[in-house]
Amino acid sequence: MSCSAAIGPPQWLAKPDFQAVIDALVAAGHRVVGPRVAAGAIVLDDVACVADLPAGWLDDQDGGSYRLRRDEAAGCFDHVVGPHSLKNFLFPAREPVATFIRDGAGWREQPLVPDPAPLAVLGVRGCDLAALAIQDAVFLRADVADSTYRGRRAGLFIVAVNCRRAAATCFCHSMQCGPAAGPGFDLAVTEIDDRFAIEAGTTKGAALLAAVATRATLTPCTPADTAAVRDVPQALGRWMHSRQAMPGAAAPRSLDTTDIRDLLFGNLEHPHWAAIADRCLACGNCTLVCPTCFCHSVEDVPDLSGDRATLERRWASCFTLDHAHMHGGGPRPTTASRYRQWLTHKLAGWIDQFGTSGCTGCGRCITWCPVGIDLTAEVAAIRAADARP
Amino acid sequence: MTAIPPAPSRPRLAVFKFASCDGCQLQLLDAQGRLLEIADRFTIDHFLEASSRDLPGPYDVGLVEGSISTPADVARIHEIRGQCRFLVTIGACATAGGIQALRNWASAADYAAAVYARPEYVATLATSTPIAAHVPVDFELRGCPIDVGQLVELLTAVVVGRRPRVAPHCVCVECKARGTVCVAVARGIPCLGPVTQAGCGGLCPACDRECFGCFGPGPQPNLVSLTGFYERHGTPRDRLVRLLRSFTPWADDFRTESDRLEAADAAANAEPRP
Ligand code: SF4
Ligand code: SF4
Ligand code: SF4
Repeated sequence: MSCSAAIGPPQWLAKPDFQAVIDALVAAGHRVVGPRVAAGAIVLDDVACVADLPAGWLDDQDGGSYRLRRDEAAGCFDHVVGPHSLKNFLFPAREPVATFIRDGAGWREQPLVPDPAPLAVLGVRGCDLAALAIQDAVFLRADVADSTYRGRRAGLFIVAVNCRRAAATCFCHSMQCGPAAGPGFDLAVTEIDDRFAIEAGTTKGAALLAAVATRATLTPCTPADTAAVRDVPQALGRWMHSRQAMPGAAAPRSLDTTDIRDLLFGNLEHPHWAAIADRCLACGNCTLVCPTCFCHSVEDVPDLSGDRATLERRWASCFTLDHAHMHGGGPRPTTASRYRQWLTHKLAGWIDQFGTSGCTGCGRCITWCPVGIDLTAEVAAIRAADARP
Repeated sequence: MTAIPPAPSRPRLAVFKFASCDGCQLQLLDAQGRLLEIADRFTIDHFLEASSRDLPGPYDVGLVEGSISTPADVARIHEIRGQCRFLVTIGACATAGGIQALRNWASAADYAAAVYARPEYVATLATSTPIAAHVPVDFELRGCPIDVGQLVELLTAVVVGRRPRVAPHCVCVECKARGTVCVAVARGIPCLGPVTQAGCGGLCPACDRECFGCFGPGPQPNLVSLTGFYERHGTPRDRLVRLLRSFTPWADDFRTESDRLEAADAAANAEPRP
């Protein structure tokens, strides 16, 4: 990330004036998406004005359960992560990677249709910035960079948010991914009373803030203001660590990551895997909502005439029977082996492969599991009956 | 299933109907541009709902809609099997017995007496059963109705001589690919998606309602876990039984689970109340 003198302390922006941020992004050619209420949840979709943001809505989340609730005191970003993440946009569920048309005796490759506009995303949280860095490590390798991901990533503009509320499923504090928005944002906002503190994290962000200043009033924060702004996510983090009761929210989850790689790899034959499999549906929802899961397959989709064929990349999941299918079948015929594969890759193998955990503590896999399987509880159960010699 | 040998350059296609609503055949007629593609690659030699052109077999590919529900059906499906090199059953009736398999829990004779003025004119079997219960079937296309995209994929595979690509996963994968908010998690509506074969594209949850399992059970469905979760979160057992007994009630996994829940419910109701 590039830094410059233009990146200064946060500045105050009146809430209605957040419109100037949206307008400046649109003027810079971006498609702007952000949190919106739809179908009983807060999803990521196109946002045109401040009123589109879910002010006055909170999300209660727990294993296998998500409910929206009206709360007039709730700000624009007091909800937390929903079923969608940056992955739905940067690494979509389905996309053509190549199309070929029969041309005489041979084949002609058709150029891919690029996205009409670069993307700007509002309300990206610390956990999802961390997830973005993890997906970058997968798709932007120096030796093989994925061309469509790279194109979208280069144009991406991120307006992050520092969380001031956590759901019962959030455990970013255990994974050191939040609740403060870490590096990687262009702009970050912190919601305090009826205004936002907004700050730039990159020169791109600083340039956009300059454009905002031509449309709305930005007032510099005093050092005391800045300290108060910084304390918003830190206070939440302290609360998550101390597990103190908070009005309207259950005690947060946490994950003890001490020695976690060796703990899981040392317990591959633990009876608890079979106990999980009694509950697990092998439906794959956990992997599909996980913002870091990157598995995909590339399928050949010919048309009936045989004159046109598309190679299509699709999300894949280690919970499906055909995952990693080889001659003679798939390598993990039982649900126990597939859940173990998922959890050990996410929390242990990832460390060997990429140098970080594959989990950011966003809690999506807990909420969106139809039977509420909770990886933090499963790891705790294995830790409590550690079978290593 | 093993790979199918490549079909002749324009294979002969036939479409047959048994006990059914014709909806799957209508899907084929409704395929619009794709129907023309199909007519280009196949000669359609028997499809009474679409054309009066009716040529005798043998056929390269036979698509069979409907379940076996009369003694005459039993004889006819054996005859058709003999006429078709590659026999594909299409839809919930042909692959699982259909809604009409609800009779399998009741008395067909009672229904006939209730519905018809002269039930003695009606020759019916006591059960409605899938085609595969009577003759070997080469491939099954699930759904009520079938998905046109899957049908075209199957026919493409037949022409090319490769294995048809039908996803071995559940409906949830399609919901997530489509970006649908899960109705089970966000609204507490009991949904059969996690135990149902994909293929519809996650249609019902995208229309704000639960999956009712019309594609039948998915691979290794963990029904006991799912119904147990729904029960613990307030869905009465009899509602779960009705959910499982709708479009593919006679499919093995759904039938076993609905019977188990029904027996548990009966046992609970038989207990003396305090
Ligand atoms: S494993 Fe679960 S909690 Fe961790 S990043 Fe993935 S979805 Fe979030
Ligand atoms: S853990 Fe939950 S979401 Fe993941 S495959 Fe199992 S049942 Fe589905
Ligand atoms: S709505 Fe039903 S099919 Fe879709 S993800 Fe939820 S449980 Fe699965």
